[in-house]
This record gives sequence, C-alpha cells and structure tokens, in this order.
Amino acid sequence: MFEKYIIVEKDTKNIVEDGKVTGFRVAVRVPYYRGLGISMIEDIQLNVDGKPIPSDNLLVELHGNTYSLKAMEKEADDRWEFGEVGYLKVLQPGGLPAGEHKVDVLFNLRISYMPVNGIRKDSKQLAF
Amino acid sequence: MEKKHSIKRGVSLYSFQEEYFLRKMTLEDCIAKCSEFGARGIEIIGEQMVPGFPKLTDEFLEKWFGWMKKYDTVPICHDMFLDFKKFKGQRLTEDEQLQSIIRDLKFANRLGCKVMRVIVSTSPELMEKAAPYAEEYDVKMGIEVHSPWHIDNAWMKRHYEIMEKTGSLYLGFIPDMGTYTKRLPRVMVENMVRKGADEKIVRFVTEAYENGVMSEYIVGEVSAMTKNPIDMAMAEQARFYSYTNPRQLLPYMNRIFHIHAKFYEMLENETEYSIPYDEVIAVLQEGGYQGYLSSEYEGNRHIQDVYDVDSVEQVRRQQNMFKRLLNEKTVVKGTNSAVTA
Repeated sequence: MFEKYIIVEKDTKNIVEDGKVTGFRVAVRVPYYRGLGISMIEDIQLNVDGKPIPSDNLLVELHGNTYSLKAMEKEADDRWEFGEVGYLKVLQPGGLPAGEHKVDVLFNLRISYMPVNGIRKDSKQLAF
Repeated sequence: MEKKHSIKRGVSLYSFQEEYFLRKMTLEDCIAKCSEFGARGIEIIGEQMVPGFPKLTDEFLEKWFGWMKKYDTVPICHDMFLDFKKFKGQRLTEDEQLQSIIRDLKFANRLGCKVMRVIVSTSPELMEKAAPYAEEYDVKMGIEVHSPWHIDNAWMKRHYEIMEKTGSLYLGFIPDMGTYTKRLPRVMVENMVRKGADEKIVRFVTEAYENGVMSEYIVGEVSAMTKNPIDMAMAEQARFYSYTNPRQLLPYMNRIFHIHAKFYEMLENETEYSIPYDEVIAVLQEGGYQGYLSSEYEGNRHIQDVYDVDSVEQVRRQQNMFKRLLNEKTVVKGTNSAVTA
C-alpha cells in the first residue's frame, strides 16, 4: 500500500549549511492510509547504494521537528500526517558524491488492529 | 413482512485517499465530488483528512460546516481507530483505551457526525463502558463488521450480547459489504500476478474461492504445491476476503445504522466485479434499512503500482449503480440523523 510513493524524488538532496555540505536528506511519506502518532512508526531503515545507514546516524525531520529513532518511540502526540512529506537526514560531511545513487527505504508500522507489523519498502535511483 | 426502507446515499472520503495523499484533491474537492454524484452523506476518517487530529480548530469547523452548506451535504460518520499498541512492547490499559474512544466521540460530535465507526478489534467490554459517553455526546457507535469477520461469528455475537444487555440504542453494527465478496477482486489478483505469483496457483485459488472452498483447505493445498512466498501470499488472500449470505443481516436490522459499501472495482457497466450489490441491496430493502450506503473504494492499493488511480470515476460508477438499484425515487433527502433504531 502506497509503497511506490514512499520516496519523493524532488526533495531528496545533499544538505548545505553555511556553504558546506553537511549531509544528505531523503524525502519520504508514510505508506499508510491515515496519519500516525510517530511512536507507532516502529522502525525506519535507509540503505544507500546497498549499504545500511546505522540507525544512530539517522534523524527524522517532520514539520520542523527533528527526532532520532529512539526519541520517536516516546512521541505519540506529534503526528506524521497522511501524505505528509518528511525527511530522513543523515549527517555526513561532504554528503553523497554528485551523481546517481540507489536509495532503499523501509517503514515498519505498528498498526494496532493488525496482528503483525506492516513492513513496506520503496527503492529508487536518485540523482544527488 | 417487508418493512419500509429509506436507504440514503453517502461516500466515505476514504474512497479518495489516493488523490488526497498525492495532494491532487483537497478535502473540499472530495466533498464537492460527493455532492456532484448526489451522495449527500459525508463520512470522514479524522486521522486521514483532518490535519492536527484530534484537535479541531474553530477555523476548521467554520470551513467544514461552510462546505456542508455550500455543497448541500451532511456529516454522517467519523471513523475511529484505537491505537492500543501506541508504545512499543506495551498495551494501553483499558481506561486509556476508553479515553481514546471518548476523544473520538467528542471529535465526531463537534464535526456534526451522529455515527462513529468503531474499529473491529475493539472489545465488547470496552463498548459497554463507552456506551454512556456515546449517549452523552449523542454519537452512535457501530462496530465495523469487516471481513473476515461476519455478523454471525463469535466476536460479533459477543458484541450483540452487549447491545442487548445494555439495551443502549447507541450501540450497533456497521457492516462492511466486503463480507459479501463472492469472487476475489480482479485488481488484487492481477497485482499478485505482477508481483510474480504463478498463474496456475492464482487460477486454483480464485476458482476454489468462488466455489466456496474453505480457506484453510486452499492454503493447505497450495502449501503442498509450492513454497514460493508470493504464491503462499496469494493463497492467504482466501483468508482475508469472505462471502456469506447477505440474508444473515436480517435479524440484526434494528442494530444496523450505517453501512460501508466497500468496493474494489466498478466496471464500465456499473456493476462491482466481486460484490453482488443487487443481492445485497435487495436484502437491505427487505429488512427496511434506514441508514446510509456509504461508498468505500479500496481498489487503489491494488492498481497504484502501474495505473493512475481514478477514484472519482470509481465512486461515480458505484453511486450510479446505487441510483439504479434503489430506483432513486425511494431515496429520501438525507438528514444527519441516520437512524431510527
């Protein structure tokens, strides 16, 4: 459900701060049919060119708020709205080398009425 | 003896999830389309199309009721969820769950909805505890009878016992017409083939399903033929969908105050591929159903991988089918009091 809409191509890019590339971000939407308190997003995994980004290096930026995956576990009131674009941020001086990169994103959603978590993923070739 | 029915037409805005998600339609656009099809009843999932849920600002409410007036529509139902697994590794206590239900009752009340769809996994005990609040906020709570549950199974029987025990007219059923899926949705089957399911297995499963073979047999037999996960996933579909005789609704008519008119694919000839709506609506007419038939399109998830989804056209076709089957002159002007239980 909504898998192919997870990664939003046009907002995915290297992050430039004070003239320096400090990392990169991947724009994503949650593959589900309603908004969710972010504590119910049990896990997000990001792979670039086949290599997993360690979860400790991954931040989620949502309408101006920034969370680590650990911090998301406790946050039930802030909601990732239906269809809202958020950003997976990776702090990595220099960002990604210019050119095409294969990006894989996996969402693990804890939906209470489902007996098991929903695991949904998308994969796109993106230009940085 | 046949009772007088007054079946009204509505749409769950869930139907337009594809276009809303992609920001091709706004909430107002969705409401305008329902009005265009003569479907006056508006059902909404707060968590889907009301940003900031569960908060409702005065500004939002002003717009909401303004649209109702502008498009000559009425709010009928809010669909709630009960996120009892809100935090990893723990469940909300029963009191926390009750508070979540009350939150949604207040939300429905402020939106002007007289009915709230309660997610199927909600326990009868919790419904009993919530009943006084439903009365306080004047919002009827209907447990969604969603496939593979059906109105006569053990879980729903316990819900019925609570309805009878409390005697509350604020408790009832919201049957989802997906329970009357006579053949597996073609859009789902084709999606499984695109994902690599073996065509012979697919044919075996769809034929067995149409013949009413018990899903356990279907899954068991397929597991003897293949270990391929996508083929097994195809076999498992026989468990998620179900067909029961719609006449099973008749003994419960006085507890049915809203209906989810689920559909997966409306054909050009304005019939549904999987669900025999002529049979279903004949039963509702016989039973004197007084509420809304609320369109609930759920085909987008099966075709969005390769097609542009046109939910609006799908809803238009279903609403036309309703007009035909209801002989439209039987349709009374909608009000937001959906039931006389």
